[in-house]
Amino acid sequence: MDTKTKEKIAFIILLIATILVVTPVALIMLLVLINGLPALTPEFIFGSPREGMRAGGIFPAIVGTLYLTLGTAVFSIPLGILAAIYLNEYAARNWLTRTIELAIINLAGVPSIVYGLFGLGLFVTFLNFGASILSGSLTLAIMTLPVIITATREALNSVPRSFREVSFSLGASRWQTVRHVVLPNAIPGILTGTILGLSRAAGETAPILFTVAAFYLPRLPQSVYDQAMALPYHIYVLSTQVPNVSVKVQYGTVLVLVLLIFVLNLAASVLRTRFRRRKTW
Amino acid sequence: MKKNKIEVKDLDLFYGDFHALKDVKVGIEEKVITSIIGPSGCGKSTLLRVLNRMNDLVEGIKITGSVKIDGQDVYSPNCDLVALRKQVGMVFQRPNPFPLSIYDNVIYGPRVHGEKDRDRLNALAEESLRSVLLFDELKDHLRDSALTLSLEQQQRLCIARLLAVCPEVILLDEPCSALDPYSTLKIEELLQTLKRDYTILIVTHNMQQAARASDFTFYMLLGEMIEYGETKQVFTSPQDPRTEEYITGRFG
Repeated sequence: MDTKTKEKIAFIILLIATILVVTPVALIMLLVLINGLPALTPEFIFGSPREGMRAGGIFPAIVGTLYLTLGTAVFSIPLGILAAIYLNEYAARNWLTRTIELAIINLAGVPSIVYGLFGLGLFVTFLNFGASILSGSLTLAIMTLPVIITATREALNSVPRSFREVSFSLGASRWQTVRHVVLPNAIPGILTGTILGLSRAAGETAPILFTVAAFYLPRLPQSVYDQAMALPYHIYVLSTQVPNVSVKVQYGTVLVLVLLIFVLNLAASVLRTRFRRRKTW
Repeated sequence: MKKNKIEVKDLDLFYGDFHALKDVKVGIEEKVITSIIGPSGCGKSTLLRVLNRMNDLVEGIKITGSVKIDGQDVYSPNCDLVALRKQVGMVFQRPNPFPLSIYDNVIYGPRVHGEKDRDRLNALAEESLRSVLLFDELKDHLRDSALTLSLEQQQRLCIARLLAVCPEVILLDEPCSALDPYSTLKIEELLQTLKRDYTILIVTHNMQQAARASDFTFYMLLGEMIEYGETKQVFTSPQDPRTEEYITGRFG
């Protein structure tokens, strides 16, 4: 076989693989859009569920998911970024650091239902927060932490070593170097990774199953100790727990969740491209 | 005879098991240019980085002996690292301005050391840029990114950034290796004017540069000091046959 034929075969195989990957995603999106778009009326988005959730709107679930995402951000972003700075800029390279790093990598791979049960045990029962937005946010935050730490460390590592050396050589302390040189250049990368972590948390069902999610709660939550409805769990309920729900309502709910996550991911992509354009070293 | 600014005695340095500097002894006078030459990996940069303790960042390093600057032991436990790094500044191989404006680069040092007064910062920036002959060229572009400058201008800017913290000793680690011959010459001229106020040590691979630009020359081989003396003497009548081999280009 000559080089040209081989090249052609390679091209075709690679192209087919790509098409196979893209097709299911495109089909799912198409299906959700076609079936879900007609449901998207103001009443559906801003109304409360009626008739045993078969009609009305999904506003409480949207608000619940927004609260949970916000709560997750509040707990996981500062903690994750600070821990990443410590691990990357301060910690000595010894067995303890390596063990912690290994633990973080492994935590990222723990199934989300395990986080859910952990949250149930620690926050709901032991700390007595009950099934509440607080418990749910904390559980999601713990699940998101490894993602944020890893993304932050990557962003910190992308700042050239020479910047740190110069800063130290000018008499700056470690913290001054982090504060004035490393962080400003890493922030866009940190934001991107953080938002992606949050968007994953927003779509999770298992961690909120026992820690916060309400089956049916038409009024909006009043405090962090209240239960709340949430979109992922609501989708699960609509498709398995309530008989005779119209396809329109089911797909409409899915579409709202997908759009929410799409907006988050889009924000991350925009940040990343702007970061790349500005990065000139 | 001027007094010695830097006094190194019985200096040994290990990276793990690797004996990188062996019993180095040298005294360096104030306000002269000393060049450190030798083949790659002989410990030139390591020696330079001993003087401002930049080696502290490397793990598994062990240093014995004494390094005194103005009679103060750099490695004594009560040495103030911030003060030392202000006193002994460093210019690196590749020009490495921060991705900030020219102005913000120059005043980075004073700013982290707590200077907030606008007028004083402006004065420092102007003075430092004047010392490296950049001010007239760039005075209308101080807000532009430092990365828009040519490599030679960037290296000058890095020297200005260093001068803004008012050091006494300047260490240069192959400062011209990323520059073309003409820019190299301009930097060397700059060093000659800076010599009036600063004690300068320059690590270089370029034999002509050492011969042209320095008053004293220090030849190292495999971590040992082979020869140290006035540049003219080292280059015209070296005492050690190994120095002669190196400077005549038989190896290295």
